Amino acid sequence: MAKYVCPSCGEKIETTGIVTVCPKCNADMAGVMEQSARALRQKAAELIKDDSVTTHEYIVRTRGLKRSYIMGEEEVQALRGIDLDVRRGEYLSIMGPSGSGKSTLFNLIGGLDKPTAGSCYINETDMAQLSAHELAWQRCRTIGYIFQTFNLIPVMTALENVTLPMIFAGMGSDEMLERGRMLLDLVGLGGRLNHKPQELSGGQQQRVAVARSLANSPAIVLADEPTGNLDLQTGKEIIELLKELNVESGVTIISATHDLKMIDVSDRIVHIRDGQVERIEKREEIDLEIGTMGGQP
Amino acid sequence: MQSTRKCWSRAELDPRLSACGLRLVVKAVMMDVKKLAKVAGGGGQAAPQIQKQINLPWPDAFRISLRSVLLRLGRAGIAATGIVLGVAFLTYVWSDRIFSDGVEKARLAQEQTLAAAAESVRKPAAAPEAEQGAPDQPVAPDASQSTKAEKDARQLWLVVMSLLVCGIGITNAMLMSVTERFQEIGTMKCLGALDAFIVRLFLIESVVIGVLGSAAGIIIGILFVLLYYGIKEGFSVTAKVDWGSLVMVMLYGLVIGTVLALLSAIPPAIRAAQMPPAAALRSEI
Repeated sequence: MAKYVCPSCGEKIETTGIVTVCPKCNADMAGVMEQSARALRQKAAELIKDDSVTTHEYIVRTRGLKRSYIMGEEEVQALRGIDLDVRRGEYLSIMGPSGSGKSTLFNLIGGLDKPTAGSCYINETDMAQLSAHELAWQRCRTIGYIFQTFNLIPVMTALENVTLPMIFAGMGSDEMLERGRMLLDLVGLGGRLNHKPQELSGGQQQRVAVARSLANSPAIVLADEPTGNLDLQTGKEIIELLKELNVESGVTIISATHDLKMIDVSDRIVHIRDGQVERIEKREEIDLEIGTMGGQP
Repeated sequence: MQSTRKCWSRAELDPRLSACGLRLVVKAVMMDVKKLAKVAGGGGQAAPQIQKQINLPWPDAFRISLRSVLLRLGRAGIAATGIVLGVAFLTYVWSDRIFSDGVEKARLAQEQTLAAAAESVRKPAAAPEAEQGAPDQPVAPDASQSTKAEKDARQLWLVVMSLLVCGIGITNAMLMSVTERFQEIGTMKCLGALDAFIVRLFLIESVVIGVLGSAAGIIIGILFVLLYYGIKEGFSVTAKVDWGSLVMVMLYGLVIGTVLALLSAIPPAIRAAQMPPAAALRSEI
């Protein structure tokens, strides 16, 4: 039973359902409903992150993940056994110097590469056990990808880029266009639906990429250095956008980065060095002063 | 699982044509055959599978491929030039024979008209009949027949060689086009594209190039023959040419050009599709 108060006449309404208009004065209740829904979501998100209340549901689990490459005669160990648990709805940053294995880990979690040893579970399914078809399905529906170099398809407009994964998922064309417009609107590019990637700035291209990663409502968004090719201010905007999506829709975000701005929004930070987890920090435990950027308050 | 694993590592070491690549093309075709069969046999049983279906409908695939051809006209032009030249040569050689037959016929008809006119000035209507009867008559002595056969054989050899060369040209141009687009291919795979989709996109693209290239080649070939005989014998010969078989030559040219483009694009398409997405994304051109 939820209680709502009419904004115009003060009437108290108690219901388990949805109230669109006040029964007494016919005032619009949509704003009130939305507000309470947002409050509920936030409360749920807080509860999920509270260790003392919940037993966590892990969306990504890796066990002894190893990956080695053969370079000439030598075998180079990029990952030397990573054990990592990522909670549903978490904003996780993977940090580490370049060459530490961030991107390799990212590729393994995303099913873009196969581990030499160990296993990676997403939603309790072992990625290594999937057939090519199931793997494609997983990439299409459960995981959204954001890259450092944006990786939009250059011959397609922003809208077509966003709707491409929906074509693969077999969505109807009307529904697809509508959802594509909605997503581009969400990232603030509602007026640039028919622009090609070359006609957009770096920040705008990355926004399109963010919209595309959300095309099939994935459970996880994987971001590989999403701010690496952007200037400070646009990078900050993209990070804020990601955080907003994380809070609003509860999507799990895993981002490989060495951008310190990310620390501010991450729930946990995993530090990787030489292919091993060095330490995992919780956001509350970090006392890092981040200054203002680019003269902006 | 074992076999997929093998494919991956092999593709990493040597991303060229391999056995599982050919299997891929077969799969790409079979997928659609199976789908058609399912539609024909009532789709009721497919219902529980639908949730895990990934597909790329033909109209969408066609639209995407056409767009990338149009946007990379330079690259497509190089691939098409091979087809244009090959098919132009082919049509030239084949229609040359038709034209020379037409000229022969015209000459025979003219001779017979003259003879008939000399015999009886009152029977000019005999001319068209004589023309139709002409191929039945022994035309040339044996010696010229054998040199003609030799010439035909040499021309066939030339045609086959030129088509081979242009096929290799297309393969090369498509390989370049694939290499240029590794990142794009990797991205598509990340978005859930199956290997078969990538093969399909590249094959459609090359068919489009093949059809356009052969059409241009046919026009150029016919134009050359027309000009040659028009200047040599006067443009009135066109009336005596067997247009029916000329149209057949055009059709053959179109089919051969398109099939050639399709076949030459198979190895590059397989190479594109077999790239593991991580490797495709890493590559920088």
